[in-house]
Amino acid sequence: MAAPMLRWGCRGRRWAFARVDGGSCHRRGAPTGSTSNQIRGESSVAQQPLHTAQKTRKGEHKWAAVVGLEIHAQISSNSKLFSGSQVRFSAPPNSLVSFFDASLPGTLPVLNRRCVEAAVMTGLALNCHINKKSLFDRKHYFYADLPAGYQITQQRLPIAVNGSLIYGVCAGKKQSQVIPKTVRIKQIQLEQDSGKSLHDNLRSQTLIDLNRAGVGLLEVVLEPDMSCGEEAATAVRELQLILQALGTSQANMAEGQLRVDANISVHHPGEPLGVRTEVKNLNSIRFLAKAIDYEIQRQINELENGGEILNETRSFHHKLGCTMSMRDKEGKQDYRFMPEPNLPPLVLYDATSLPAGADPQQVINIDQIRETLPELPSVTREKLVQQYGMLLEHSFTLLNEVGLLEFFQNVIKETRAEPKKVTSWVLNTFLGYLKQQNLAVSESPVTPSALAELLDLLDSRTISSSAAKQVMDVKNRNPRAINKLIGLVRKATQSRADPVMIKEILEKKLSL
Amino acid sequence: MLGRSLREVSAALKQGQITPTELCQKCLSLIKKTKFLNAYITVSEEVALKQAEESEKRYKNGQSLGDLDGIPIAVKDNFSTSGIETTCASNMLKGYIPPYNATVVQKLLDQGALLMGKTNLDEFAMGSGSTDGVFGPVKNPWSYSKQYREKRKQNPHSENEDSDWLITGGSSGGSAAAVSAFTCYAALGSDTGGSTRNPAAHCGLVGFKPSYGLVSRHGLIPLVNSMDVPGILTRCVDDAAIVLGALAGPDPRDSTTVHEPINKPFMLPSLADVSKLCIGIPKFQFCILTFCYKEYLVPELSSEVQSLWSKAADLFESEGAKVIEVSLPHTSYSIVCYHVLCTSEVASNMARFDGLQYGHRCDIDVSTEAMYAATRREGFNDVVRGRILSGNFFLLKENYENYFVKAQKVRRLIANDFVNAFNSGVDVLLTPTTLSEAVPYLEFIKEDNRTRSAQDDIFTQAVNMAGLPAVSIPVALSNQGLPIGLQFIGRAFCDQQLLTVAKWFEKQVQFPVIQLQELMDDCSAVLENEKLASVSLKQ
Repeated sequence: MAAPMLRWGCRGRRWAFARVDGGSCHRRGAPTGSTSNQIRGESSVAQQPLHTAQKTRKGEHKWAAVVGLEIHAQISSNSKLFSGSQVRFSAPPNSLVSFFDASLPGTLPVLNRRCVEAAVMTGLALNCHINKKSLFDRKHYFYADLPAGYQITQQRLPIAVNGSLIYGVCAGKKQSQVIPKTVRIKQIQLEQDSGKSLHDNLRSQTLIDLNRAGVGLLEVVLEPDMSCGEEAATAVRELQLILQALGTSQANMAEGQLRVDANISVHHPGEPLGVRTEVKNLNSIRFLAKAIDYEIQRQINELENGGEILNETRSFHHKLGCTMSMRDKEGKQDYRFMPEPNLPPLVLYDATSLPAGADPQQVINIDQIRETLPELPSVTREKLVQQYGMLLEHSFTLLNEVGLLEFFQNVIKETRAEPKKVTSWVLNTFLGYLKQQNLAVSESPVTPSALAELLDLLDSRTISSSAAKQVMDVKNRNPRAINKLIGLVRKATQSRADPVMIKEILEKKLSL
Repeated sequence: MLGRSLREVSAALKQGQITPTELCQKCLSLIKKTKFLNAYITVSEEVALKQAEESEKRYKNGQSLGDLDGIPIAVKDNFSTSGIETTCASNMLKGYIPPYNATVVQKLLDQGALLMGKTNLDEFAMGSGSTDGVFGPVKNPWSYSKQYREKRKQNPHSENEDSDWLITGGSSGGSAAAVSAFTCYAALGSDTGGSTRNPAAHCGLVGFKPSYGLVSRHGLIPLVNSMDVPGILTRCVDDAAIVLGALAGPDPRDSTTVHEPINKPFMLPSLADVSKLCIGIPKFQFCILTFCYKEYLVPELSSEVQSLWSKAADLFESEGAKVIEVSLPHTSYSIVCYHVLCTSEVASNMARFDGLQYGHRCDIDVSTEAMYAATRREGFNDVVRGRILSGNFFLLKENYENYFVKAQKVRRLIANDFVNAFNSGVDVLLTPTTLSEAVPYLEFIKEDNRTRSAQDDIFTQAVNMAGLPAVSIPVALSNQGLPIGLQFIGRAFCDQQLLTVAKWFEKQVQFPVIQLQELMDDCSAVLENEKLASVSLKQ
């Protein structure tokens, strides 16, 4: 059933927060799952990296920032968490809505096995303890794109707890040294995504698209073990790579498959944690870092000027580069959590607890999932370091750029050149050019084969390093670069060749 | 033909004594004649006639789908029916036409049953009288029975007969009235705290509440998800077993249905001997709201019910069964515990009725919140809104532990009471179903819905807490000529055993058939021709 587009009038400030350009905006108050995760006054404080990079004025205490994250990753699955509707990005509005998704009375949730497996797999990859019994709860709030008036989540007993995520932060003079850091994972819970509200402020109406309503989410709660935007951004990037390696989420932030809320507070080291704010719906890694750093600085400024920090929800305005209070007029919400009575406890098994003769279709075996875990990014990096003798930070770069690792491996396969040379060319020359031109690896005009051939020529000393670099330049459509090559040819032919013809031949050779 | 039991009429259809279309038309005409009972909210005449036509073809081709093929049934209006308005007797869902069938409805249709219509109830099944729905109260057919009328004539104080009609009990009162008035052979009710058994007792019917998890709830618009079960109302135990046979079994759409295979078909053996049975007589303590009663013999329990209950126990004993007293110490907290759990789930379940996707929507469009508030104020009656308010209070963060969690713990204790009773060797428990026979409407509405529900659910409610099967069997007529029912409670998923015992008991008591001749004058010929007095109880 395609639920009709719903519309109703609403005036004025009701949608005051809907200031996001283009009319489409995210919810303000109570998004999908905001389990409070910042522990106050507990021993965990001591473990926190007291990163004190914030500016300190002479004679004043240093400030330390504390950052925790709640990350919602859309599970990569064919159907929704509790219904059979398809999951697809950018399908026509309300074309992927089952009776259950539209909350028709009498419909009941039926748990999607794939989503459970994805949660277990993610939990294992993040060193979590997998709860053999977990529970589902209802979290209530009224919102137009939450048709049932509650979200089914795992508040009391989530599927995975107590994990850790190791990520590397660049340090050193040239930011070339990678320092491993650990952030503890409080829990991973399964929950439903909400629909989308599209606010048309001109006509004072809101349109509801329920395609996303009921899509499975993994809420990954990271303890407040981070201390700045960069750490948070790097941790999220690492999580993104892990999810993508596992295939449990496509984790594409631009498509909303990975959404981050950050809890931020500042305090003086050795003193109790400060009041935190929550910055919601950070949907790119760059903005995540910016928003957190802005918010940290804002809080410090506020406190230093004698102000106080309100425990509030803020949003990041990416054009202005600042966070703003969402001014939730309802104040603190009480979600009135209640056990979901229509879903029995989710019971998982391992090799030792699996009942004899159990139907494999009816049970989920944790050990079996553990065996199918693919290679994780940390292992891939380790292998790169060992196999090609590259620096650890190089392996980070190779994995962090989408498609770069594959590009690198393809070049390696086809060239006689030494891995170190390949690494250097890929990471410095090639990547440098891409960045300069603002291109993704997939958009590169230089194919792995072309680079491999170039490196072969270089290796056999047929061409010089600078000539090779000029070829790269040309390949990357630098119009002036070809002139240099023409000059080289004219020099080699003692100016006997026609420059026009040289240009033609070069362009053909370089397939420009 | 209309007075017969489901099994008998099924045999008549098979033998060609009557066709499904003829049967359907007879029922439809009786529905029209008994319209004043207010049993039906929607009469699905066209659907039923079309189904009858198809059934007739099958019979002609010798391809009958079984016992239910061509049998007129009715369904409580809180079961989703595809293409047929489903209102829950609420303004909120007036005009709501679901796009799908509840699993139980689909199963009945798959067996060839004819859907006569959707029956009246208390709004969203919240009540025990079938008096609190937006379509008005249901009248008990026994108000117009010869048995009751004659007794009233003897009473010199008898007032105006027309305003003195009786309630059916509830909340499945429409279904009970529909079966009791012979407009169909079986009806679906729902049972959360006694909503099927209570009206069955007041209308002289068999009212069966299956084990939780045996029958799918998919498509039943929930009251309390953890206690709701589809209930079955029939004129005899065998009929209930036939319907249960069609409905029971796991449903992939309801994760709370159990996967254990069940014995099918649900044929009930005729028990020749009860000497191996152990019947438990609970010694309840009741705590109705603030009034506490020390022993089972609460003031509200009528002496007639009390006496029939004793006689029933004596009957078993005299036939060789072991009859023992059992203690269910925590059932006294059942009603207050239910109040917390029920209202909490109600608050949650009703959250979806916001006027956006379906159902009623107010005209106010100042803001979404204002629209929600006005829609819900207009859509729900006071009872529903009161329960939503209470439930939200119990679920507040500061109250959750003190109320909801505590009530859940008490619920566990109540369930354990039953487990202990059954572990002590008891096969079935025997209790009254209601405190007394049906009361006149004017009497009933003197007290508010909450007080009434608390009192009326007193014997039935704990069973839902424990998820056990239970059945109300009509036993005898009171001095006023009104039915009185007793309740049998069985072990979880021993529904068949429970019904077998109930069937034996039913045969012993020979409950009289309702005599509606005076009332339905044109139908009386039909009814009398069928030799009413001998039909329902004999094999």
